[in-house]
Amino acid sequence: MNFKNLKLNLSNKNKDLIPQVLTVLFIILVVIYFTINAQNNMGNRGISFGFGFLSQESSFDITFSLIDYDGSHSYARAFLVGLLNTILVSAIGIFFATILGVTIGIARLSQNYLVAKSAEWYVEIFRNIPLILQIFFWYFAALRALPLTVDSINFYDISFLNVKGWYVPKFVWSNFSLFLYSIIFAVILIYLLSKYAQNQRDRYGKQIPTLYISILLFIGLPSLTFLIGGVSLSFEIPELNQLSKTVYVYKGGVSIIPELISLALALSMYTATFIAENVRAGILGVNKGQKEAAASIGLTKGQILKLVVMPQALRIIIPPTTNQYLNLTKNSSLAAAIAYPDIVLVFAGTALMQTGRAIEIISITMLTYLSLSLSISVFMNWYNKKMAIKEK
Amino acid sequence: MNLSILKPDKKNLSSFIAAGSILVFVAFIDIIFNSFFNSNITEFLPNKISYISPLLFGLLGLYLIRIEFSGNKLLDKINTNFNSSNFNALLTLLVIFTLIKYIPPLLNWFIFDANFAGNTKDDCTSSGACWVFIKVWLNRFVYGLYPDTEQWRINTAFLILFLLVGASFFVPQKLKKYIIIFLLFIYPIIGLKLISGGDFGLKYVETGAWGGLSLTFIVSAFALILCFPIGTILALGRRSQLPAIRYTSIGFIELWRGVPLITVLFMSAVMFPMFLPDGTYVDKLIRVLIAITLFEAAYMAEVVRGGLQALPKGQYEAAKSLGMGYWRMHFLIILPQALKLVIPGIANTFLALVKDTPLIFVVGLLELAGMVNLAKTNPKWLGMAMEGYVFAGLVFWVICYVMSRYSQNLEKKLKTER
Repeated sequence: MNFKNLKLNLSNKNKDLIPQVLTVLFIILVVIYFTINAQNNMGNRGISFGFGFLSQESSFDITFSLIDYDGSHSYARAFLVGLLNTILVSAIGIFFATILGVTIGIARLSQNYLVAKSAEWYVEIFRNIPLILQIFFWYFAALRALPLTVDSINFYDISFLNVKGWYVPKFVWSNFSLFLYSIIFAVILIYLLSKYAQNQRDRYGKQIPTLYISILLFIGLPSLTFLIGGVSLSFEIPELNQLSKTVYVYKGGVSIIPELISLALALSMYTATFIAENVRAGILGVNKGQKEAAASIGLTKGQILKLVVMPQALRIIIPPTTNQYLNLTKNSSLAAAIAYPDIVLVFAGTALMQTGRAIEIISITMLTYLSLSLSISVFMNWYNKKMAIKEK
Repeated sequence: MNLSILKPDKKNLSSFIAAGSILVFVAFIDIIFNSFFNSNITEFLPNKISYISPLLFGLLGLYLIRIEFSGNKLLDKINTNFNSSNFNALLTLLVIFTLIKYIPPLLNWFIFDANFAGNTKDDCTSSGACWVFIKVWLNRFVYGLYPDTEQWRINTAFLILFLLVGASFFVPQKLKKYIIIFLLFIYPIIGLKLISGGDFGLKYVETGAWGGLSLTFIVSAFALILCFPIGTILALGRRSQLPAIRYTSIGFIELWRGVPLITVLFMSAVMFPMFLPDGTYVDKLIRVLIAITLFEAAYMAEVVRGGLQALPKGQYEAAKSLGMGYWRMHFLIILPQALKLVIPGIANTFLALVKDTPLIFVVGLLELAGMVNLAKTNPKWLGMAMEGYVFAGLVFWVICYVMSRYSQNLEKKLKTER
């Protein structure tokens, strides 16, 4: 009897073990096969595997860069330029997508028939057209139709839009660091204030007008630095210069290249449709009884929205919206199609062409995106756990 | 001064309605004259006020007719739907004015001023869109660079597909099974052979010549058929009790979901050949299909996993208590129910797949959007970018909109069934 049991156990263990061993073996074999082939191929081409090329001189130029860069810098620096450009366009895209998405999501729930319908059509139109086509449309069709440099569209003499890009005034700061510190200080104060207000509300039911005090702090502290801290701000306005009879350029200011504009436009308009749907689902997802209960204990409309509806709606809205932010960041790699120098174009494009190190460069590029995605999903898991309804 | 006379009430209903309607009417006349006849009827007012005069008139008019429970059904309906507060009235006016101002020029560009007749760019004389461009290039937009004389092969392949799919809706249940098996396993080979040729007296057409809308369909159909079984297996793997299999599946899924498709395509183009023995050449299209399939399979796996998780535990326990093993339990009990649950999710994945196909331009394959890119750089047709992208956008929009509507209907239907 004992013996029989033992046999059964063993066979059960084997049943679990065999597929696992086979899977691991299969993966190892595939990896070995690929490695041998890759070594042979690289041997034939006279290159060896390694990341030493990162410190070599890149000797190519990048049209748009946030940090100091030219051909004499290293490939690692070129990678950094591409990464920063990716982050820049993603940040701009996320900012506008959120504003547009929240507005449209709320508009879809409007009582006003026309507003609700317009918002619905916006979502239906922009969600169902491939993003790459929208980028092409803005870049090749819409922005190319802008006037030439010499008859740019003029916004109140401080900002100019033409086919070469959008020229905006540059901020010239003195003592900028003090200004920055004051903002950080204000944010910390606001955080402490909201903690204190929450405490007071929970303990004594006292309401503190947090919003007004916060706004006052946020505007007041930084403007104080102008008065007594010696911070000053002036603007460098772009000016039209004539180089030769027909060649005009804008000097000074900041120029935003059309690639960036069209990419940011397309990304934010496309992603806004998904965020709008999330917002709508979130607001609809709050039980009607919650609002009625809140109203019946005498909360005002603003208090209901702030204390009852929003905390619950945000719990539904934030996880899928973070996912959309991540999608937007990944989608920003479509920049390669219109030659915006993001990480894919600069690194997986130009640098790869020049060095021929396909394996290293593609791995670095994919790992960059992967670590971004994984860190955001780790954050999301933490957030979900923190926000999950604690049932007793 | 008594302001209450200006407060709309039920007593003087007819006079308020008359005054309000006149004001709203004036606002509309103003904006219509402004946008159609280029004349400003409120010129006598100061510049800035004249600019917003239609808004002011409209707001005042709508304020005057905002009378609750007036007894007039039409008026009540207008008030609740368009005019419930000053802010809502403002939004209503803004939407209507924007439509009046921008829809006619758009329509003019699209239809009334557009050029339809002719064969060259010079035939486009009026100010609207030059649809001649689309007309001339339509063949290329649909078939890519596929030889004209051989295009019947693509048509036949798609015709057979549509007939089979159509037939599967009408034939009895018994035959349906065989048609679906044929569609999934035998038809793809026949279709590919028919289009690529090389045997049976058909001329060989290399995949570089395939393109246009037909390539969009080919890529999406193949990727969908192939990613479905892989995704299902990955989903089962991720829920497996065996750690080695579970972590392999998780790693595989998260790897593909964490990177953008464009880098995957780059990988298939430049990195994948390095991993194969020297001298082996895998066709570009095959490489792209493998890349897209693996990429979408990871997303499909997550969709299927959602279905598996949504099933009540009792289903698993019931199957086990009947003495079923792992595979029999999943194929006979779990998967049929789980897959039915996630049909909308599958449709959404497919939608994303169709929208992703234009990206294959990075390896040099030109489907619809890529062909437009090619056509607009043709020296004889410069400056046609707008028409090309609007056309491509419309085609994709119709495809995706129909599909998303279908999936939404399906979702509703499935909800009522449960």
